[in-house]
Amino acid sequence: MVVLSNNDGFVVARSKEAKVLGIGDLQAFFKVEHLLRRHKVNIFSSNYPLYGDISSRVMSTLQNYSPNIEVYSIDEMFLMLDGMPVDYSQYGHEIKNCLWNHIRMPVGVGIAPSKTLAKMANRTAKKILRCQGVCVLDQAYKWEWVLRRVHVTAVWGVAKRMAARLADMNIHTAWDLATANPKMVRRKTNVLIEQTIEELNGRACLSLNEIPPAKKQIYCTRSFGNKAKTLQPVLEAAALYAARAAEKLRFQNHLALTIHVFIHTSPFQPNFHSVSDVVQLPYPTDDTRIITHAARNAAKKLYREGHAYLKAGVGLIDIIDKKDYQFDLFNSGQPERADKLMRIIDTINRTEGKGAVFLAAQGVNKPWYMRQQYTSPQYTTKWNDIPVVKA
Amino acid sequence: MKLRYLGDHKNQIKLETPLYLSKVQAGFPSPADDYMDKRLDLTEKLIKHPAATFYCRVSGNSMEGVGIFDGDLLIVDRAVTPQNGNVVVAVVDGDMTCKLLDTINKNLLSANEKFPPIKIGEDVECLIEGVVIHSIRSHVCTG
Repeated sequence: MVVLSNNDGFVVARSKEAKVLGIGDLQAFFKVEHLLRRHKVNIFSSNYPLYGDISSRVMSTLQNYSPNIEVYSIDEMFLMLDGMPVDYSQYGHEIKNCLWNHIRMPVGVGIAPSKTLAKMANRTAKKILRCQGVCVLDQAYKWEWVLRRVHVTAVWGVAKRMAARLADMNIHTAWDLATANPKMVRRKTNVLIEQTIEELNGRACLSLNEIPPAKKQIYCTRSFGNKAKTLQPVLEAAALYAARAAEKLRFQNHLALTIHVFIHTSPFQPNFHSVSDVVQLPYPTDDTRIITHAARNAAKKLYREGHAYLKAGVGLIDIIDKKDYQFDLFNSGQPERADKLMRIIDTINRTEGKGAVFLAAQGVNKPWYMRQQYTSPQYTTKWNDIPVVKA
Repeated sequence: MKLRYLGDHKNQIKLETPLYLSKVQAGFPSPADDYMDKRLDLTEKLIKHPAATFYCRVSGNSMEGVGIFDGDLLIVDRAVTPQNGNVVVAVVDGDMTCKLLDTINKNLLSANEKFPPIKIGEDVECLIEGVVIHSIRSHVCTG
């Protein structure tokens, strides 16, 4: 089985069997499509409503196991087990079994004194069959055993580039890093690596981020389902992405000052054409209409006839917290009526479903909209898609 | 420079009428205001484990004896431990099916004479997916 990216462009997830077939991570779908079909591999488009719902079920179930939880990503969560006088291995299995029984979600559990070691324990839980999905690295000899056996790139936060610099210092395995002189490594790299070394020795430096920090920039970018060869789809896409970004902006109670708009053609085709523009908004705002207007104007100026555009994006790049906003003496700022209207739009879209009300500038039929040919049913979020049982 | 006493600042503000009276514009405040309660919520009443509860639709008539008909909506709770006599959703040979659980004789029973029991264990692969805690049928023709 494989799962494709947003626009059915790339393979983003592969089952073991697909990996055995030699399907690489982030491989272009069109390049491997024939191979997948020949071996009757199940192909799925991304189904974010389903993934999102399952993820939130997992998170709320995990809340029964610890009062302090960090949702790190859609499929990764940290639980603080401090002050829980329990057998960690047993607790890990309990969590794992509960998620399987309640949600049918298979997970790996890694338990350790620091986040970096917990990530390593989680990786070990998945790689070593004998662990049965749960790995506890609560004592130095246990993490030493693991760290000696893995390359430094397996450590959380160590990318390939960093690994190359570490190799110059004769640091190859994770254990080499754990036993390196932190001050010396820091001098040649950065402070984050020093933290990682501490963490690898079981001293927690990274705390739990229970409240995710507000995003400093908000981007909405997507590829076109069919390449845009006229101005109309480019303008509609700019309007849609501006509206999505504005929605996210309001959700985190921020206002935007500046937006970034870009469009480009396929980098794999001749005459690659990539243009972008940065536009100041008339006043700090979260009004979809103002942001859409600015994004459309920018897109109109960027567009050149004779190109087939592959991708467009709108970013809110300079944003401030709504409560920190100081009123300008000479500029009245966003009128209260706009706040009200946006609140109403958000309420309707929340209760009636995404896109229940939208600006006509986004287009109605959206023939340019992303391709998703192989979606699985939205089993838990759409009444028409709920599973059927025989009786 | 001479200073002249003008009186306390407070005394300068003169209220013609009490503030709250002038604010009432129309109508009489609802006597129910203090007694507002949340409207009854069916999901809150029916579902004890929201994260572990799923919905599915019935197809077929093998469970009519316990009042589950074709097209009914099932509320399935995975957090409930299946017990003898429970209506369950089970996967039998890859198909999801709704049956009565008989743990004593290790059978999945139908609530309709026309359907024989299904023996669990030996050659039939069976996995209990969850316990049917409610079934909902519509009595108007909407579908």
